[in-house]
Amino acid sequence: MFDNLSGRFNEIFQQLRRRGKLSEADVDAVLREVRLALLEADVHYSVVKSFVTRVRERAVGHEVSKALNPAQQVIKIVHEELINTLGEPDRLNLSGPKPRVVMMVGLQGAGKTTATAKLAKILRSQGERVLLVAADPYRPAAVKQLQTLGQQIGVDVYTREGVKPPDLAAQAFDMAQKSGVSAMVIDTAGRSQLDDALMQELQAIARRVPVNETLLTVDSMIGQEALHIAEGFRDSVKLTGLVLTKMDGDSRGGAAISIRSVTGVPIKYLGTGEGLDALESFDPRRLASRILGMGDMIGLIERA
Amino acid sequence: MLMFNKWLTGLDRTRKVAFGRISAFLGVSEINQNTWDDLEALLVQADLGIETSTDVIRALKQVVVENGLTRSEELSQVLKQELLNRLLPIPEPVLPDQKPLVILMVGVNGSGKTTTAAKLGKQFANQGKKVLLAAADTYRAAAVDQLQVWGERLNLPVVAGQPGGDPGAVAFDAIQSAAARGFDYVIVDTAGRLHTRYNLMEELKKVYRVSGKALSGAPHAVWLVLDATTGQNALQQAKAFKEAVQVTGIILSKLDSSARGGMAFAIQKTLGLPILYAGLGEKPEDLEHFDREAFVNGIFHN
Ligand SMILES: Nc1nc2c(ncn2[C@@H]2O[C@H](COP(=O)(O)OP(=O)(O)OP(=O)(O)O)[C@@H](O)[C@H]2O)c(=O)[nH]1
Ligand SMILES: Nc1nc2c(ncn2[C@@H]2O[C@H](COP(=O)(O)OP(=O)(O)OP(=O)(O)O)[C@@H](O)[C@H]2O)c(=O)[nH]1
Ligand SMILES: [Mg+2]
Ligand SMILES: [Mg+2]
Repeated sequence: MFDNLSGRFNEIFQQLRRRGKLSEADVDAVLREVRLALLEADVHYSVVKSFVTRVRERAVGHEVSKALNPAQQVIKIVHEELINTLGEPDRLNLSGPKPRVVMMVGLQGAGKTTATAKLAKILRSQGERVLLVAADPYRPAAVKQLQTLGQQIGVDVYTREGVKPPDLAAQAFDMAQKSGVSAMVIDTAGRSQLDDALMQELQAIARRVPVNETLLTVDSMIGQEALHIAEGFRDSVKLTGLVLTKMDGDSRGGAAISIRSVTGVPIKYLGTGEGLDALESFDPRRLASRILGMGDMIGLIERA
Repeated sequence: MLMFNKWLTGLDRTRKVAFGRISAFLGVSEINQNTWDDLEALLVQADLGIETSTDVIRALKQVVVENGLTRSEELSQVLKQELLNRLLPIPEPVLPDQKPLVILMVGVNGSGKTTTAAKLGKQFANQGKKVLLAAADTYRAAAVDQLQVWGERLNLPVVAGQPGGDPGAVAFDAIQSAAARGFDYVIVDTAGRLHTRYNLMEELKKVYRVSGKALSGAPHAVWLVLDATTGQNALQQAKAFKEAVQVTGIILSKLDSSARGGMAFAIQKTLGLPILYAGLGEKPEDLEHFDREAFVNGIFHN
């Protein structure tokens, strides 16, 4: 697919050798391909539409730089706009009284439990005293999974059988406060944004404990529905960050653009493997190139 | 009929948002450029991908010309048929007549393999079959425990290895013991792995080969569990798993979510793999034979 795209662009390059200002025709020819690239990357249809309109406005009449041909110039603008949309990586907000609370939320199988443990590991390395809270009583062996991961990284896991997640979170918070824990990460069960009862459960947790961060965990392989899912979670709980998981595969991760532009929630981490060290901050330039699927060309443009 | 209805009720609550529009625009207006644009938006948003969507629209345009259709209302039936034609019927029989019959569950991380293995186990057991579950995910934390909990709940025996142990050995032991003890089915749950990870795909190939050593002809079925919320990457996944372990069918999980699973069309077209089952929830009974009609209706239901 990547080769394919470069090929298509090279064709356009052949046709666009003129210098001067970018014409509507130049811009439209390139934006047709950009639109396809973004849709193939799973950026939401409506987000692509408004993005392309925005770029078009910016690009038409733009001066073509000496080093670039018109097509490259448009791509440069596209790339910049994508970077702007993605925003800078945001750090975890751990201010206020201790313990600070992070709550992980998201669809089934997105990678919450794994990310919970990864985050705990990072926090501990920053000198925090961390407690993990196993607030998924539904999935078989979900508690055991978190306990096992906790053991692997040497972090305590709070569990109570038969206690509902909001009560469990409150109890864990009390204990954390008394025992000098500085950061508490709550692993919640996977749920659909349309499941009212389970969405209310998240709200109940947030009423019982002061949540600093609510991180929506999203599988980077997700398709168009990412946008509605993010909206659904945002409408129920106050999302403060996004974790994009399974970035070690070959998905393009277009959901990042959709979610970011619709909710404005900053991307905080990328999951890049099953191992507990594989949680990274992200580089907007690299992520933008990946979503656009034209790494070589971006390199070329950036060197120009 | 009951199944069909259950599927639709499941879909019902989720479809209103995105698909209220189709009947709105297909119901009233004359066919014009807006109709086609709206249709493209609809299909792409259902994750059919731009290529398949364009292809469907091209086919529809032809029908419109040939049959002299003018109202977009008339399009809706044609569209439905066009989509139905693009889904393979479930092959009869789904499974060969073997005893024990070995099914290997494969897929990327978190797609729903373990849950689906349990659901299948329950279905077969309900048909009076003796089912053995094999916990060959020795890698992920508490993956074995997860299948064991299912085994206890459903009253199905589970063969498990040690965490960190050899998944091939688990499959081997399970198949041999099933053969010795007169079981009908062995369902082998494997660890989730991204299709791009060379070593992990090699490991899966080994599980496949070792199964054949335990029992000639095994595994008799290799089912790829695909999360219906997956976008364009689904095709790459299906390609890679098919190439590595000769996938024989697809199970589309999490179809009860708000996603439509439109990648199924491209996968059928490109790889010719039938979609056998739909996962429609987290409970053991939430698995049904894939129903093309319900699937396509789900796309248009509002
Ligand atoms: N390759 C890869 N696998 C990941 C990553 N993050 C999580 N996983 C895997 O994805 C699968 C699901 O992860 P979990 O952490 O159990 O997901 P979850 O969101 O807690 O799932 P539920 O609790 O069932 O909703 C597991 O196999 C993880 O090992 C990642 O960044 N890369
Ligand atoms: N809503 C819904 N959830 C499902 C369905 N199938 C599985 N799940 C959920 O998805 C999550 C992951 O399911 P698993 O069966 O653990 O997935 P897996 O492929 O075995 O995951 P790994 O072994 O970690 O790769 C769990 O929370 C399941 O309850 C389904 O059809 N619908
Ligand atoms: Mg979990
Ligand atoms: Mg599993």
